[in-house]
Amino acid sequence: MALLNELAKKKEGLVSGHRLCPGCTHSVIMRQVFAAADTDKYDIVVAAATGCFEVCSGLYPYTSWNVPWIHSAFENAASTISGIEAMYRVWKRKGRTNKDIRFIAVASDGGTYDIGLQALSGAIERGHQFLYICNDNNAYQNTGNQRSSATPFGGWTTTSPSGKVKFGKEQPKKDIMSIVEGHHLPYAAQASPSNWRDLMNKVKKALDINGPTYLNVIEPCTTGWGFPPNMAIEIAQLAVDTCVWPLYEVINGKVVINYKPKKKLPVTEYLKPQKRFAHLFKKGNEYLIEEFQRQVDAHWEWLLKREECGIEYGVTKEE
Amino acid sequence: MAEKLLNWDEVLIGGVIKDPGNSREYETGSWRVERPVWNPDTCIQCMFCWVYCPDSAITVDENGKMTGIDYTYCKGCGICVEQCPTKPKSLKMILEAEAKGKTEEELRKEVFSSEK
Repeated sequence: MALLNELAKKKEGLVSGHRLCPGCTHSVIMRQVFAAADTDKYDIVVAAATGCFEVCSGLYPYTSWNVPWIHSAFENAASTISGIEAMYRVWKRKGRTNKDIRFIAVASDGGTYDIGLQALSGAIERGHQFLYICNDNNAYQNTGNQRSSATPFGGWTTTSPSGKVKFGKEQPKKDIMSIVEGHHLPYAAQASPSNWRDLMNKVKKALDINGPTYLNVIEPCTTGWGFPPNMAIEIAQLAVDTCVWPLYEVINGKVVINYKPKKKLPVTEYLKPQKRFAHLFKKGNEYLIEEFQRQVDAHWEWLLKREECGIEYGVTKEE
Repeated sequence: MAEKLLNWDEVLIGGVIKDPGNSREYETGSWRVERPVWNPDTCIQCMFCWVYCPDSAITVDENGKMTGIDYTYCKGCGICVEQCPTKPKSLKMILEAEAKGKTEEELRKEVFSSEK
């Protein structure tokens, strides 16, 4: 991986002037993705699902994208990119183009965990060559913080409020990585914008694989999560250091954990700066934090054991 | 800013936007409440501000070195200041109101003079 000075010389794929909130990490992630992509070797085409990022970067008559970019509907970023990829392959076969093009679909958690799940599943199953990036901001932030299946346990949203009776979301977060892995795809990974080198390596790796790849990225949301805008990268770092958001990749079913915190911080470090978890720190709610910690620990242990096993899928293997 | 919106019969099929990256015409710098001020003397050119800037507002020369901050687009989120690793920090936030009518050089002196 090149030094940042080298990467800074490259032409930006996503330019300024988009209308994301100050301190929003959507654009940070996408800029890192473009910095990682080897744009001298290939061109990039992006399809987006509806969400904060689509709305803010493609506000007609403006676009912040320096690459071909398409948006059709909320649920079908994966289907849209599959269609484009299929057409590209036909064009290539018929000699209408000899360009090397790589395909990226960008969606947030609403367009991936909930609404776009069947389109994503179908596209991975059909085996198109594309990278699907999910910027997980834990709720429907575009419409004002409604609960999604990516909202963590105990998280406050407008549709999972906290008060005398309820304590925020009662269900644990959906484990999208396991669902995606269930398709036995060649590469799936989880990354964080705070660890830019790790994210860039993963993007580079994913774009070079001939097949569907998936990248799940944490996207701290300053307005929805309730922290000051300058803290965005710190929150992402805390999520990684507390193992709430482990950085790992699944290569043909084999789990590789890319970052093991030297000292695993307690989840309270991650929960404390965020207003959406403020009610967990009220008197009498200690059991909720314990439950949160238990869920995080259980998932981390499970990942460690899977890494130790080191077995690949039995069924699909690249010939 | 686009002078006026297109008529229905002028809009391209599919709502295609012909100029890539034309959002540069929209200046998000006007949203700013606080602004970062950069001190090139203590800057170590680690480029962390560049990699973490959400608005591509860190200007870079042809050698990949930081040359300053683009106040046309900087929304003043303060991530760059938070992530600046030097001690003392090479980037500092000041209120936009304090910066009114002063050149960048004057601000730099004002903000960083106490550290020398």
